[in-house]
This record gives sequence, structure tokens and C-alpha cells, in this order.
Amino acid sequence: MSDLNKMTIADARDALRAGDVTSVQLTEACLTAIEGAGALNAFVHHTPEIALERATAADARITSGDAPAMCGIPLGIKDLFCTQGVASQAASRILEGFRPEYESTVSAQLRDAGAVMLGKLNMDEFAMGSSNETSVYGNVVNPWKVDSRDLTPGGSSGGSAAAVAADLCLAATGTDTGGSIRQPAAFTGTVGIKPTYGRCSRWGVVAFASSLDQAGPMTKTVRDAAIMLEAMCGHDPKDSTSADLPVPDFEAMLTGDIRGQKIGIPREYHMDGMSAEIAELWGKGADMLRDAGAEIVDISLPHTKYALPAYYVIAPAEASSNLARYDGVRYGHRATLGPGDGITQMYEKTRAEGFGLEVQRRVMIGTYVLSAGFYDAYYNRARKVRTLIKRDFEEVFGKGVDAILTPATPSAAFGLGEMAAADPVEMYLNDVFTVTVNLAGLPGVALPAGLDSKGLPLGLQLIGRPWEEGALLNTAHVLEQATGFVSKPEKWW
Amino acid sequence: MSEIDLETARKVAHLARIAVPEDNLPALAQELSQILTFMEELNEVDVEGVEPMTSVTPMRLKRRKDGVTDGDMQAKILSNAPDAREGFFAVPKVVE
Repeated sequence: MSDLNKMTIADARDALRAGDVTSVQLTEACLTAIEGAGALNAFVHHTPEIALERATAADARITSGDAPAMCGIPLGIKDLFCTQGVASQAASRILEGFRPEYESTVSAQLRDAGAVMLGKLNMDEFAMGSSNETSVYGNVVNPWKVDSRDLTPGGSSGGSAAAVAADLCLAATGTDTGGSIRQPAAFTGTVGIKPTYGRCSRWGVVAFASSLDQAGPMTKTVRDAAIMLEAMCGHDPKDSTSADLPVPDFEAMLTGDIRGQKIGIPREYHMDGMSAEIAELWGKGADMLRDAGAEIVDISLPHTKYALPAYYVIAPAEASSNLARYDGVRYGHRATLGPGDGITQMYEKTRAEGFGLEVQRRVMIGTYVLSAGFYDAYYNRARKVRTLIKRDFEEVFGKGVDAILTPATPSAAFGLGEMAAADPVEMYLNDVFTVTVNLAGLPGVALPAGLDSKGLPLGLQLIGRPWEEGALLNTAHVLEQATGFVSKPEKWW
Repeated sequence: MSEIDLETARKVAHLARIAVPEDNLPALAQELSQILTFMEELNEVDVEGVEPMTSVTPMRLKRRKDGVTDGDMQAKILSNAPDAREGFFAVPKVVE
């Protein structure tokens, strides 16, 4: 069998169980692909020894007949997940040299299911960014290329998206605070789901904005997303916001039958200046779901316009609190001090050297909106607007809508460096279709739905009811079958 | 439009414990002003009588016995410290 690294999780699982392939073979194919893909800068910490050791163990487990679906599947792990003994630095200089003594719950669940960690994946620093240009490791390059420009894979899970799109791994973990799984999935023609807030434990995942952060899988197909999500979910006593709910067999819920489902099209997502191609793709997506027996209804989510400003109050506020822990005392970077420098200078110099500019900006904005005299005007007002945004969704679901179809991003992947001159707010607009979902705590999945006129992938997003990832993935599965998207980037790296 | 002056920018940087060189303060003040202006769109929303969100999913926090569940891992806890001595984190002199 050739090109083992190009397999899906589902096919690899079946081939492993049938004895047609071994995990060691799959893993070696991925390690070779990674070695040849330095130009993408997706993998930033390589762990081939761990990978081969786990692959060997997985093969033994598969032979013994007791193997979960993820057993033997080679994965990339986003650098935001703490992995025992392996560098985990959230793409930040401030965590240089940090090797956790513990494993995040999500990556431990994958490890315990027999999955193979190939290495750690590049990302925006502390998951703050939409283009993977804020990483201490440098930019990730999108494997999709249509002219001389290097394109962004999106962010913050840009390394994960690029690695999956370029077949460097069968799938990868991502995290999503405002769209960081779904936007890069859309930019790279891959599938990414952010589950309901509380589905995946946040324990051991470097915190950005704790009320918004969720982990999720980034995969080549919707079926793979269902398989991998199941392995990542579940109650964890170490995360007080982790939901104590049974995890269903998501894959078994991919029946392909969505007859009678009500799919909402929110009128507020028709943004001014939306590209005609994205508007057309969105309309086609709705037609395909209608052809599959769903009922398409127009809906209104009146507070959509306020989601981005609310998010850019709440997320930095939480970040400024979470990132207060990086003080040069317990782990990571400490600045070299001058004569007479005291502890305050140590904090200030360490954080100035350790945090990149976007992280500094967000920490300071968060500090400002939480400071005395501004707390009510900004932070409390934003939390009230958040209540209204969630209520918009509740009203729509209350009227019987099962899922909501939207574009995933306002454009296809743009060139690295093209937004350098833009003000920060312009970059934030990338999250316009995804951020509402985090604010409301809902599950959202992005999947590729077509190519634009230049040949770049475009994605659609489906938003589901809380805890109904299974039904949501089933709708996504139907849309995936209908669009028949199979394009892959042509190898240039 | 919201205006962050140099003094406010300096104060925020200090509160955030991030050293910002004096030369960079004007640009920082301008960027922060831009972002705050964007946030002020929220002033258009009628939030009268709306509760600020505290938990995105309606769930009761779990309770457990207030007891020690682990420990004895001093070496692990200190293993990543930039400066650890004799079982402690070491920092510059705090008290004169």
C-alpha cells in the first residue's frame, strides 16, 4: 500500500484491524512526509521516538483484538496541549524550554486509546491570531498555493490545518476560542469541529479565554471528525466546567438521513462586502440540504453584529487574567536582570521579552477593560450582550430549528504578510461568522464545500444545538456527500 | 472615538506588568484607542435588565470533599523553574 499518510482515520482503522497495514507503517509514512515538509513549518517539535514506540504498542494491542478506533492512528498535537516530557510552549517565547510533568486530559485520552503522537504543531502565540503569523516559531504556510504567494493556513490552529491538508498526519488536535479550528479548516479544505462548551476537558490545555476555549479534532472527513471527537470527549473531574454527560457513538449517528430537519439561514450573516463566490456557495449548500429532504427556513439572530466587539472585550479580559501566571518564576523564560532590578522589573522585563506584540496588545486591552472605572462600561456590558447573543440562538432552536448553515469565513485564504499594514480590528473580522458560536457555547463544524475561481478551498459552517454534535455531524456528513469535495493541494513543498 | 492618552497607556502597561519603552507608547496608545472604539459599538445595544453571563452552559458546579488529593511532587513542580534553590522558587529580593 502506498501513500499511507494520505489515509483517513476510518480507512486506516479498518485496514489496521484487517491486518492489511501496521501502525508502524502508517507512522513511518507520516514521519517521512513530515521530514519532507519543512517548508510548511507545521510541525515544530518532532517526537519520532515516542511515535514509533506508541505505534509498536498499538500494533500489539490491535493484534490482541482489544483496540479502540483511534488505536494506531498517527496524529499531530497542537502546541497548546501540555504533553508530558515534550516541549509545550503555546508558540510563545515565554514558555521556551517548558516541558510539562503532566499530560492534558484530551491528549491523554487519545494516547490511552492507542493514538500515536507524531509531534507538536505550530499555531498562533497563545492561540491569539487568525493567520498563524504571531508564532514564535514563524509562520505556517498553507499547502494550498495558486500563484507565487505563500498563503496563510488561518489560525490559530494553522499548523494543525496545514498538517492535515498536506497529509503529514491522519488528523490533528485543535482548539477554538473564536474560530481557531473552523477558520483554518475552511482555509485548507479540511474538516474541523468545535464541540459544545464543556464536552472536552480543558485541563492541561494552555488557557487563553476559559469561558470560550474548547478543543476539537481537525480531520480529512466528517466521519473522521466523529471518530476522533468521541475519543476526545468526556467528563473530567479536573475541569469544573466539564460536562458530566454520556458521550454518544458519534460515528453511528452518521445515518445520512436528514429528512424533516429544519435548517436555518440567518439573514444577519449576509454581510456587506461578502464575496459573491461565498454567497453563491452558501446558497448552493442550502439547496443541497433541501434536496436531501431538509426544510430550509430564514431565521434572524439580531445581535450578530455585536458578537465581535463583545468577544474582543471578553476574550482579552480572560486572557489578561490567565496570562498573569507567566511571571518568570515557576516556568518558562525569565529576563536577565540589571543591577538593582527588583521583582517588579523582573515581571515587566520577562513579559515584555516573552510575549509577542499581539499577545501584549490583548493582555493590555484586557487589563484596561477590567480596571477600576471601566469594568461596568466594557466588561459587564459585553457579558450582557453575550447573554443576548445566546438568547438569539435559544429562540431559534426553540422554534424547532435543528441546525444553522452559514459561511465559515468571509474570504478564502489570504497571503502571508498581506494584513501586516492593517489595523488589528481588520484581522479580527476573520472571526465574524465563527465567534458567535463560542459566545453561545454551541457546537460548530466547518467543512470544505468548493473551490473559488482561483482554486482555493471555501468552507461552510453548520451550527448545532447544545450537546447535539452527533446530529450536527450527520448534517455535515450529508452536505459533504452532496458537495463531493475531494480536492487536495498539489504538492510543491 | 475613545482616546487613550500616553499616561493611560503607560498605566495599563504597568498594571499588565509589561515593560513598554517610552518611544513605543504613542503607537500603543493609538492601537488601544482603535480597539476600544470598535468595542464601543456595544453601546448601541439595549442591555436594560439583562443579566451578565456567568456560565455559558447551565450547569451546577460539582462539589467534592475539601481534602488533599495529591502531593509529594516538589521535584516535579520545581523542574521547570528558571531558578530553583533548596526546594524553593528563587526570585530577586522582594523586601529591603
